[in-house]
Amino acid sequence: MLATENLREADRLMTICNACRYCEGLCAVFPAMEMRRTFAAGDLNYLANLCHQCGACYPDCQYSPPHEFKVNIPGSLAKLRNESYETYAWPRALSGLFNRNGVYVTLATALSVAAFIAGFVAWSDPSALFSPVAGDFYRLMPHNAMAGLFGAVALYCILAFVMSLTAFWRDINGPQSAPGVAGFFRALGDTFHLTYLHGGGGGCTSEGGDAPSPSRRLFHHFTFYGFLFCFAATSVATLYHYAFGWRAPYALVSAPVVLGTIGGIGLIVGPLGLLMLQAKRDPVLTDTAHRGMSTAFILMLFLTGVTGLLLLALRDTAAMGMLLAIHLGFVMGLFLSLPYGKFMHGLYRFLALVKYAGERRSGAFIE
Amino acid sequence: MTSPDLSREPYDVVVLGGGNAALCAAITAARSGRRVVVLEGASHFYRGGNTRHTRNLRCSHDGTAPTMTGPYEQQEFLDDLYRVTGGQTDKTLAEMTIARSRELLPFMDEQGVRFQPPLGGTLSLGKTNAFFLGGGRGMLNALYRRAEALGVTCLYDAPVIRLQIEDGFFVSATVKYQGREIDVRGKALVAAAGGFEANIEWLKQYWGEAADNFLIRGTPFNRGDVLKMLLDKGVAPVGDPTQCHAVAIDARAPKFDGGIATRLDSVVFGIMVNHDAQRFYDEGEDTWPKRYAIWGRLIAQQPGQIGYSIIDSRSIRLFMPSIFPAIEAQTIAELAGKLGLDPAQLTKTVDDFNAAVRSGTFDHTVLDDCRTEGLSIPKSHWARRIDTPPYYAYPLRPGITFTYLGVKVNEESRIMLEGGKPSGNMFAAGEIMAGNVLGKGYLAGIGMTIGAVFGRLAGEGAAKHARN
Repeated sequence: MLATENLREADRLMTICNACRYCEGLCAVFPAMEMRRTFAAGDLNYLANLCHQCGACYPDCQYSPPHEFKVNIPGSLAKLRNESYETYAWPRALSGLFNRNGVYVTLATALSVAAFIAGFVAWSDPSALFSPVAGDFYRLMPHNAMAGLFGAVALYCILAFVMSLTAFWRDINGPQSAPGVAGFFRALGDTFHLTYLHGGGGGCTSEGGDAPSPSRRLFHHFTFYGFLFCFAATSVATLYHYAFGWRAPYALVSAPVVLGTIGGIGLIVGPLGLLMLQAKRDPVLTDTAHRGMSTAFILMLFLTGVTGLLLLALRDTAAMGMLLAIHLGFVMGLFLSLPYGKFMHGLYRFLALVKYAGERRSGAFIE
Repeated sequence: MTSPDLSREPYDVVVLGGGNAALCAAITAARSGRRVVVLEGASHFYRGGNTRHTRNLRCSHDGTAPTMTGPYEQQEFLDDLYRVTGGQTDKTLAEMTIARSRELLPFMDEQGVRFQPPLGGTLSLGKTNAFFLGGGRGMLNALYRRAEALGVTCLYDAPVIRLQIEDGFFVSATVKYQGREIDVRGKALVAAAGGFEANIEWLKQYWGEAADNFLIRGTPFNRGDVLKMLLDKGVAPVGDPTQCHAVAIDARAPKFDGGIATRLDSVVFGIMVNHDAQRFYDEGEDTWPKRYAIWGRLIAQQPGQIGYSIIDSRSIRLFMPSIFPAIEAQTIAELAGKLGLDPAQLTKTVDDFNAAVRSGTFDHTVLDDCRTEGLSIPKSHWARRIDTPPYYAYPLRPGITFTYLGVKVNEESRIMLEGGKPSGNMFAAGEIMAGNVLGKGYLAGIGMTIGAVFGRLAGEGAAKHARN
């Protein structure tokens, strides 16, 4: 007997879908389902995280409500997926943060911003906070302090990721297995391409109604690649600092600034588009109880992008000090929310794609 | 939806029904500039009749379609059609249908319909049938989007209650819409409102009380109202009214609209017994795809219109997973108890069967040499002893897919009147006239072929008539 209502509903639906199979061309979920005849909790958590919630199967389904079978794969798997994030959270004591996620993220961010302002005032040159210092961030916060603080939080995040992902991988594969290398690269390709946010070629039903549209995939690309560019900008800057001794601020045409600017634009365009589409979307396709978690994450990315670009634009003015505190506060809030928010969807989905790539290679039927 | 002004002036083309055939007609007429209204009796969700339950379209093609293997030549298609119908087809119409089926993939593509490679775990139809991405409802949604973009008015919950036909000439259709009766006038009519398989009372005329135990696989809206109105107004019938396409489906399926998910492929792997726990037909006569469609009729002839497929644990994973779980027991007698059958009789039936099995090399993909000897009802292939618990059973009932009775049409898709004259402005497409081409039997995806070919013809013909 499956433990939760969300698992039992997913089991009921997968049993119906497995007897129908009309949707198998739409995404990876249905072919993965077809490799099974029965569904344990780990199977269902795997399928739920493999679902990209493109929504294409809902208007295509002859059994969706009001049909008495009431088949709603996107909505049901969204609920199960969000439940699974709590199941695998590390430490378990913090799994509740997924539920009051908007409150958590807002508090974490507000406190971070306040802490940076207070910190600048307390430990650095207070006059620098309100006067132009030619973009010299480190007069407000020494580089080592900044790197040390964010490094420590990042290490904590990595620890939480590893623990959570290990729990997920064991749940969907059994305790002994390890991901295969070939599946890893295939999954990487599927992630960068968003192969399955595509409705099998038509697109997402993101604009309401049954019409497929490529817009959600497009805005997700903006967001995802924006995030990666920002990450790259920070990495390059760190390399500059430690390996070459080149200190910030960097010139407008330098690699960190160019990468960061492109990333920042992505983090503005992408999240705005995703928020707009979220508002348009038929709520039946989503887990409305966890909508705040998506909104919080998208807003955090957006605000990180906005404050980052503002900081760049105004780095030579008196506003720089305050903007730096705000930007660092948002980045810190984002970091703190990574293991306990919507960010995790990408990591679990990636592992689900790794598993799917492996299954598809072996062509195995799972008893 | 606000009520459109339906009686302002006659529409050019009035389409009755809202499935594949109706939409192909509406789109074709609208593309040549005609003002078209589609009157769909069902709600927005249930629109499209049995098209929502379909998954593919059979078409002749040259083998270049990206999702199909091929080619599928016209002659081969024709041979397949003659084989399943036993010659019960209008040869002119059949040849025309198959010739024009070559146009369907490009036509559907233009309307925004998407295709996918053939579904796994199903019949090997990759050469002959184009599978709709997401199934029939996905295809239907694309056709509706296209029709609406072309300015076609689509009314839902608008069942036709009366037709005004004068001397074989369509004048108006009266629909019940938003609580009112509205006369929709039109210069030409396309009747594409399906068969009568969901009309149990009508089925009872031929099947008696047994029809109460039939399950209807598709839409509850195919009650044959439009078909009956046309036949009552002097339209020539076609097809055997007593015949319907019936397969064996899970007896636990809903009365209507259970669709594809309720089918069961377990029959060839064990034995089939009736309510008296007796076998009644050779379960291994031929491969399941070929024999799939006979079991509905066979079960319809059994007491209570119910049958039970009995298998053991060696076979439970050899067929497509079922929507409802198998009934499971450790002994045959226990299984009989769970099914409400006589345990002694079911045990005897299984024992007799097991004793008659001659071992061979089991291979369910070919006509193997596992068979029985000495039984009055043999099992010719795939006969294996049912002796490895747990034992499993599925209850089955006749699942009615479609009926053969329809209106007679000519090669323009024009409705023929009693006496042999074609109607001046009435056309028909889809299941309501499929009996012209498919007088008997079934060929996967042929209903969609007939619907699309005659839908386009009807749309062309109706548009041409309305322009003149």
